[in-house]
Amino acid sequence: MSATTLPGLRTREAGGTTVVRRRRLGLGKPIRFGSAIGPVLLLVVWSIGSATGWIDQRVLSAPWTVVTTAGDLIADGRLQSNLWTSAQRALIGLALGIVLGVVLALLSGLSRIGEAVLDAPIQIKRAIPSLALLPLLILWLGIGESMKIVTILLGVLVPIYIHTHNGLRTIDSRYVELAQTVGLSRWDFIRRVVLPGALPGFLLGLRFAVTGAWLSLVVVEQINSTSGIGNMMELARTYGQTGIIIVGLVLYGALGLLSDAVVRLIQRRALTWRRTLAS
Amino acid sequence: MAPNTSLLTVAVQVRDLVRRYDDRAVLDGVELDIAPGEFVALLGKSGSGKSTLLRALAGLDSDVAGSGELVVPANVSVVFQDSRLLPWARVLDNVVLGLRGADDRGRQSLAEVGLAGREQAWPNELSGGEQQRVALARSLVREPELLLADEPFGALDALTRLKMHVLLRKLCTAHQPAVLLVTHDVDEAIVLADRVIVLDEGKLVAEELISLSTPRSPADPGFAAVRSRLLDALGVSL
Repeated sequence: MSATTLPGLRTREAGGTTVVRRRRLGLGKPIRFGSAIGPVLLLVVWSIGSATGWIDQRVLSAPWTVVTTAGDLIADGRLQSNLWTSAQRALIGLALGIVLGVVLALLSGLSRIGEAVLDAPIQIKRAIPSLALLPLLILWLGIGESMKIVTILLGVLVPIYIHTHNGLRTIDSRYVELAQTVGLSRWDFIRRVVLPGALPGFLLGLRFAVTGAWLSLVVVEQINSTSGIGNMMELARTYGQTGIIIVGLVLYGALGLLSDAVVRLIQRRALTWRRTLAS
Repeated sequence: MAPNTSLLTVAVQVRDLVRRYDDRAVLDGVELDIAPGEFVALLGKSGSGKSTLLRALAGLDSDVAGSGELVVPANVSVVFQDSRLLPWARVLDNVVLGLRGADDRGRQSLAEVGLAGREQAWPNELSGGEQQRVALARSLVREPELLLADEPFGALDALTRLKMHVLLRKLCTAHQPAVLLVTHDVDEAIVLADRVIVLDEGKLVAEELISLSTPRSPADPGFAAVRSRLLDALGVSL
């Protein structure tokens, strides 16, 4: 008759009826701040290892060394200027890649001629990793900024194109029929039906594109570069400064998480009409 | 059905209409006139060609082979079985889709179907019956001369369907479009229509003028008589 009953225990409730509390098979309630437990544990192991000397400082700097290194880098302005250079490259490449990817997806998604001309070359490009094009891009564009931005652009272009194109092509044909019966003009059809219908696909492509942009950035900055986070890490490698390398890694991780969060926020805002399992 | 020679007195004129899918004639010489403001219900078994006829009138069958003569008004609206609202457009934007500067008329239309105040809702937030009422508002805001409805209440529950019957009747009295309602529900056809026609194997095989007084009730003995004749034509023997 007590309020707390053990699972599977047969109890007599106040009303006198006998109920069986079934054993729960699901996962149960989520743990508060559960997602922090793993990283914190990792940090604890790292700290203990560094403090006891179990982890060699030359292999991996101690967490507090990393923090002070980051402080020094900020103090002399190197972190900010390298971060700014990297962010600029990533953003320009991303912006150009998005525009070009969307334009190509529209051309190929909305006309048979466009599809015939564009789709196959882009699918071929998709099969070649962007980074494999690097030697050719260096020969064509040199080792300056344009090579870096074009590499990022090519990495961004493909996911944007694929997902936007797929979004366009999978718009329900019933909506096309509706557009015909209400007599929409071609432009209104694109504006009211095609673009909003392809938006979920585009935003999914954007998430891949953002991740891809950072990935390309890491690679182009570690070869033939004189600035940026990648260059900072590359120099640190030559001098065996693991602290700076870790700072760079943390920065890349933070930028990746942050940009993904931004895209997801855009997704939530832009797709409020959707009611999905996640909401 | 006397052939009507004057175009002014008919909203729809169909002569010897044939539509084929893979050499099978789904419509095989259909002849049909609908007067302006007349409410015609089209009954038929599944596969009888009802939807094919409606799609031909709606001009949605450009990829289907066929022949025949077809006269329809310039302003035709279609209500589908699914409400077919754009999920990414708010209710009012769905109603005035493709119209310019028609927001006020759109609001009026929504008020007419009992959805005043829901202009800014998303279609997903509405019940099935409400979504279908938005679809009706979207059709009527265009002041159609011909309203084509393809089993518009087929996906609704029985109670909602009864309410929708009353609403559709009211709206048609107010706006006076010619109506072709495709349905497989004999009672629905008798309750709503001025005339019920039956399509079978691509041909119109029966016609009933419904002269019962409104509101019509299945309890009416006249209703039962019409009903049994229509069921006969549909090949259902009770």
